[in-house]
Amino acid sequence: MTRITVTVDGVTYQEEVEPRLLLVHLLRDRLGKTGTPIGCDTGNCGACTVMMDGVSVKSCSVLAVQADGEDVLTIEGLSAGGPWHPMQQAFHEEHALQCGYCTPGMIMAAIDLLKDDPDPSEDAIREGLEGNLCRCTGYCNIVRAVRRGAQSMSAQEVTAS
Amino acid sequence: MIPASFDYVRPASLGEAVQVLTDAGEDAKVLSGGQSLLPLLRLRLAYPSVLVDVGRLEELRGIRDEDHHVYIGATTTHDEVVRSPVVNAECPLVALATATVADPAVRHRGTLGGSLAHADPAGDLPAVAVALDMEFVIHSTSGERVVAARDFFLDYLETALELGDVLAGIRVPKLGEGWGFHYEKFHRTAQAWAIVGVAAAVRLSGQASGEGRRIEEARIGLTNMGPTPVRATQVESAVRGAGLNGGDAVREAAQNAAEDTSPPTDLHAAPDYRRHLARVLTHRALLSAAAAV
Amino acid sequence: MTEEIDAGFVARQIAESDMLSEPAPDRHEVGAARRRKEDARLITGRTQWTDNIQLPGMLYVAFLRSPMAHARITRVDTSAALHHPGIVAAFSGRDFAGEQGSLPCVWPVTEDIVMPDHPPMAVDEVRYVGEAVACVIATDRYKASDALEAIEIDYEPLPAVLDMTEALKEGSPKVHEAGNRSFVWKFAQGDIDAAFRDAPVVVERTFVQQRLIPTAMEPRAVVAQTDGDSFTLHSSTQVPHILRIMLAQVTGIPEHKLRVVAPDVGGGFGSKLQVTAEEVLLLLLARRLGKPVKWTESRSEGNLTVHHGRDQLQRISLAADAEGHIRGLRVDLLADMGAYLMLVTPGIPILGAFMYNGIYKMDAYDFTCTGVFTTKMPTDAYRGAGRPEATFAIERLMDELAAELSLDPIEVRRRNWIAHEEFPYTTIAGMTYDSGNYEAATDKALALFGYDKLRAEQADRRDRGDPVQLGIGVSTFTEMCGLAPSRVLGSLSYGAGGWEHASVRMLPTGKVEVITGTSPHGQGHETAWSQIVADALSVPFDDVSVLHGDTAISHKGMDTYGSRSLVVGGVAVLQACDKVKEKARHIAAHMLEASADDIEFAGGSFKVRGTESGRTIQEVALAAFAAHDLPQGVEPSLDSDATFDPDNFSFPHGTHLCAVEVDTETGGTKIRLYVAVDDVGKVVNPMIVEGQVHGGLAQGIAQALFEEAVYDAEGNLLTTTMADYLLPSASDLPDFVTDRTETPATSNPLGVKGVGEAGTIASTPAVVNAIVDALRPYGVNDVTMPCSPERVWRAVQGGTS
Repeated sequence: MTRITVTVDGVTYQEEVEPRLLLVHLLRDRLGKTGTPIGCDTGNCGACTVMMDGVSVKSCSVLAVQADGEDVLTIEGLSAGGPWHPMQQAFHEEHALQCGYCTPGMIMAAIDLLKDDPDPSEDAIREGLEGNLCRCTGYCNIVRAVRRGAQSMSAQEVTAS
Repeated sequence: MIPASFDYVRPASLGEAVQVLTDAGEDAKVLSGGQSLLPLLRLRLAYPSVLVDVGRLEELRGIRDEDHHVYIGATTTHDEVVRSPVVNAECPLVALATATVADPAVRHRGTLGGSLAHADPAGDLPAVAVALDMEFVIHSTSGERVVAARDFFLDYLETALELGDVLAGIRVPKLGEGWGFHYEKFHRTAQAWAIVGVAAAVRLSGQASGEGRRIEEARIGLTNMGPTPVRATQVESAVRGAGLNGGDAVREAAQNAAEDTSPPTDLHAAPDYRRHLARVLTHRALLSAAAAV
Repeated sequence: MTEEIDAGFVARQIAESDMLSEPAPDRHEVGAARRRKEDARLITGRTQWTDNIQLPGMLYVAFLRSPMAHARITRVDTSAALHHPGIVAAFSGRDFAGEQGSLPCVWPVTEDIVMPDHPPMAVDEVRYVGEAVACVIATDRYKASDALEAIEIDYEPLPAVLDMTEALKEGSPKVHEAGNRSFVWKFAQGDIDAAFRDAPVVVERTFVQQRLIPTAMEPRAVVAQTDGDSFTLHSSTQVPHILRIMLAQVTGIPEHKLRVVAPDVGGGFGSKLQVTAEEVLLLLLARRLGKPVKWTESRSEGNLTVHHGRDQLQRISLAADAEGHIRGLRVDLLADMGAYLMLVTPGIPILGAFMYNGIYKMDAYDFTCTGVFTTKMPTDAYRGAGRPEATFAIERLMDELAAELSLDPIEVRRRNWIAHEEFPYTTIAGMTYDSGNYEAATDKALALFGYDKLRAEQADRRDRGDPVQLGIGVSTFTEMCGLAPSRVLGSLSYGAGGWEHASVRMLPTGKVEVITGTSPHGQGHETAWSQIVADALSVPFDDVSVLHGDTAISHKGMDTYGSRSLVVGGVAVLQACDKVKEKARHIAAHMLEASADDIEFAGGSFKVRGTESGRTIQEVALAAFAAHDLPQGVEPSLDSDATFDPDNFSFPHGTHLCAVEVDTETGGTKIRLYVAVDDVGKVVNPMIVEGQVHGGLAQGIAQALFEEAVYDAEGNLLTTTMADYLLPSASDLPDFVTDRTETPATSNPLGVKGVGEAGTIASTPAVVNAIVDALRPYGVNDVTMPCSPERVWRAVQGGTS
């Protein structure tokens, strides 16, 4: 067992973990962060995408021990209790989800890609989401949502500054 | 799926890492970003007794501009490589190929050293390593040694790394002025491995944008054309002096791309098709690289 | 006005505290692009997936699966697993032999069908790689995975049976004692020999419908628990109601002691229309161990063991006259059942039997389907289920017919399709198409596509010998939806009816609860049903809640598949609303001291005809709740149920056009433009409809280009992970241009036709037609799916592939 300290959605946890414990199982089974689902075992689907240390990672391909000392943000912490994040709102407005299983990871990946490119083209959005599979939407509305989310995030920034 | 049990050590220094690895014996595995290793563990295709996590060793990180080469620490992430001004200025082929590796989230965790040490010939970076004659700086309890790319990749998933070795960093020789680069990746879906990939660097002679420009020198590495990355030396020789304007000299030179290769058969392609692709894609990669000079 | 209600203390409080809702008379919800009610929990991570469920004392189940395609089990020893820490129990098939029964197949398509026993856990023999052979039950999932490796099983290999044609030959090794032929099902109409005799044109092709893995994003998960008397099963299923009755039959648990819950379900596409081994075994384990048990599959386990889709060999020939008018169509199908018949396995290719004629008129049709056993994972429903295969075959053949006659593929279709004034039209396959307008959809699609311009570009590229050729693919499709009229199902030997049930409850505060027998898993029924109810009762959209997926709440239903939910279930909701209004009319009449015959419902209020005095439906609901003053003999409730059984299928149709660039040097393909014009009848929520089309297109295109479940010569599945089974990401698909035409269905009062499968059914042939069209100058007249770059390249090399 290894002792780790990890902050998830603003709460700091100390946990004794087996080295082989996957971050996503720490989140789901130990910490009750079931908002982050698991869709595969090869790192392809991206459903489990969370932010770690400010960048997107696939939490099924990170060991909990590798997250020691890190700050993790899941879909549950994105708008905890408050108004929705603009990207959540955009996914709702553009009907960018159907079954919703890929959605937490997709939203995280979408927010991540805007950090480099706050006004992405359609191609840039599609490339930025390459690591996240959706089986329901055919991606059209996801692309539209990311564009809308990007616009409202820039608008928010303008308002804030 | 769920990995089998293993022990975990996070050494505080490179010296400690090589000692731990040496002591642990052959069932120990180095953990860097884990983006190749974790899927293998989850599918229970690997059963290491201990993982030695070098992912946080500062001495393995970072990118330095050093006279004749760029030094990239082994645990530098793909994302850091792609963003590096030094890499983009001095060895852009590394950045171009790395940008095609997996997806953004994987590139945030995956490392250059990890990808090269994994030595999957379908991976995009080994071909770049042989094309650019990268040098592998390896540490063990007996000190540091440097292995040339052509000697590093021994077989499918097999490298010159021995028991107790840690890949500390990679030296990427600077090619100097006048080179253009391109990585041509051919795959069925964005997530799929390259059926064939071509890493090309090209130096031209003659006047810029004038007629009569010729390929003076080329370096070509092939992805997924054998159990190890392949240097397409026959094309490199044949293309020397090939004119870019009119004529089919470059195309003809590229016909040699499949020489000395032993491409695999898998779900997506048979060897003869891979050989054909290598020729077509090498031609395209050379032209794109030339256009990028 | 509400204080007029003499309704007692509670009702008065409701009335006085503004809790009583008011009508929303002026909105028209049906037809509006309402944002979905479902989204809030899905985008914030508050979803209830089955794997999220944690119960006190819960144990975790892991299954050991056969590594052999076909073998006799000669020895099983689970004892070593028990020595692992945290292992509560370990069992093999023999331990369940007395109680596990056989997994059901409810569609014996012929009298003499061979329907072998299908034990949930293999006892003596395994017949596909992945079949469960043992299990361990542990205190956590990690320990369970470890202990699996300690189980010892000896197998005596038996020959694998992998190829359908070989399997039917005399002397082939047998999958089951009774042989490899499960059934032969035939349909014939008209004089097929006459149609082919001296036909000026005969086009013959053999198409391969490759095996597909449906790949819902949520892997399956099951939680079973019991209090010693009754059982609750949570499962990631599309069919909680069907599951309940079938599980009761298999396990012997009385139906009323079994509650099945489908919580939030992350997609299905037919793959969760099943009664699975794991669902049966978890119930048995809960019964045996007295503890709640959970099993969640990994993706690689799921690729092996979630039923697969398609896998048919289609030998098809079409006879036409010199002008391209179809005379007859012959279809000879081999359908791979896999190792066993699962819930509706044999019925899938038969659903296609009625669709091979597509939208075309012809004189004769002859269909034969042979169901074949192989040592592979069983096949069953996958998005479209039988209709994509049929549509692919006829739409590919129409393009081949056009090529044969040097006609434009659109023109050949025009010469054969049913004209809009000919509806209703009874087809050669015996279906009565109630409505449609193929001309309108096609004209709209051609305009959006810029057909003539793209044809000109194609000609130009051909002239120039451009290594990148352009192909244009056409698909003018129809499908049968709204499964299904019960009497038709009966005539096809299906095991149950095709009705759907709904209840509408008016709560005292005027809010509305709708209970539906459909079981959505991404389709947005909570939103769409709310729209239907809002209009029917003139209540605000937000005042409606839709409950589903729990047999303790929604006791009656036939669930969600086959584009049936709106067409059958939505109509049931509408009919239940009508009954609510009828009940309310009588109470309102009493409240207004008028005759019920003089009461009309308008703008959310019951009014005496010709006067302004009235009572809102909410006031009537409150009065019914208080029940202090109701007319004699009237029950104090507006709540109503309805069960709708359609008279006919519905027949959505449309025209899809696809432009593909084909790199003849590499074999690479790129969709440049995809236009889909669909006619799904009346539309309740255009946003949801468009989303369904998008997703359907993605799956149909993926069949054409990417997906294929591949078994090796020993019967091992090679595509067990998402790294090997290629699914398209956002980068691999284009933006889609979608539009609609609207000819209302005449078979239901909503005028709706269903949209869940249309995109999938239409798109596969459109894409392949485009690729073949691009390569016609190279002598290519077919490319086998998926049209991988290698296959396309080989086609260019050899003229065919």
